[in-house]
Amino acid sequence: MKKFKSEIKITLREGILDVQGKTVENALHSMGLQTITHIRIGKFVTTEIEAENYDGAYEIIDKACKQLIANPIMEDYTIELKEL
Amino acid sequence: MKFAVITFPGSNCDHDAIFATGNCLGEQVVNLWHKDETIPEDIDCVIIPGGFSYGDYLRCGAIARFSPIMKAVANFANNGGLVIGICNGFQILTEAGLLPGVLLRNTNMKFICKDTWLRVENSNTPFTNATQKNALLRIPIAHGEGNYFADPETIERLEANGQVVFRYADEHGNITSEANPNGSINNIAGIINERGNVLGMMPHPERYADKLLGCDDGLAIFRSIVQYINSYKR
Repeated sequence: MKKFKSEIKITLREGILDVQGKTVENALHSMGLQTITHIRIGKFVTTEIEAENYDGAYEIIDKACKQLIANPIMEDYTIELKEL
Repeated sequence: MKFAVITFPGSNCDHDAIFATGNCLGEQVVNLWHKDETIPEDIDCVIIPGGFSYGDYLRCGAIARFSPIMKAVANFANNGGLVIGICNGFQILTEAGLLPGVLLRNTNMKFICKDTWLRVENSNTPFTNATQKNALLRIPIAHGEGNYFADPETIERLEANGQVVFRYADEHGNITSEANPNGSINNIAGIINERGNVLGMMPHPERYADKLLGCDDGLAIFRSIVQYINSYKR
């Protein structure tokens, strides 16, 4: 078995208004930083996982994301996997 | 008839639901713990109450969905049993896939606790038969994530099938953006599943179940359930 570290980034799906991001964007603009736009705020999850190989580990993490860690109705996610 | 109210760690409206059904309507009601694995056979309606199950960790309702009782709730619903999810209960039902869509953060980013007017859009359900279509109910909301969202095809289907049961309205019954407290698509406050036996709503009818508490408009929903079950059993 090999050990991997996963990094999962979750954001609201494109097209869904990210009210938290919008609020932070407005605050930044009131600081004078008008060039910063399109702020999206999300979640960052890390895990360790044991699996036979990269594909096996990815498959399990992907299942975890689909069924619990993210809600595909409202969120997109990306997975980065590195062998430890 | 007999209600069951499920308590999860972090539920805080379970006793209000027991009060509304047991004390105000005089019906039988039992309290079930989320670790129970079965729903007693004599239960007619399961209430999933409001609160902050599991501290709203990850997403509202995301963890409660894995509580042992939820398998029994899914079986109960699939067999045609009545299930009503209120506030966090609605969020749990969407996370569990028993109702479509999801509840996003309120568009104004605030936790909103206030009275709202609900317009009954469909009075031909087990949960609204004691009301009239277009009737107005004053029911309070108390949530930070009540902004109902689903993809356009789902919304179209809900609307076409009469699955939108309640909409936020103004005091005259007009559906306006000003009357929409949280940004929900089409002012949606409550929906039922296609089969019509599972209701989810963000407002709290159990909090307005006794005139001594200011209003008893919420009783209409529990009274409808009793009426439906009693007519069915006769």
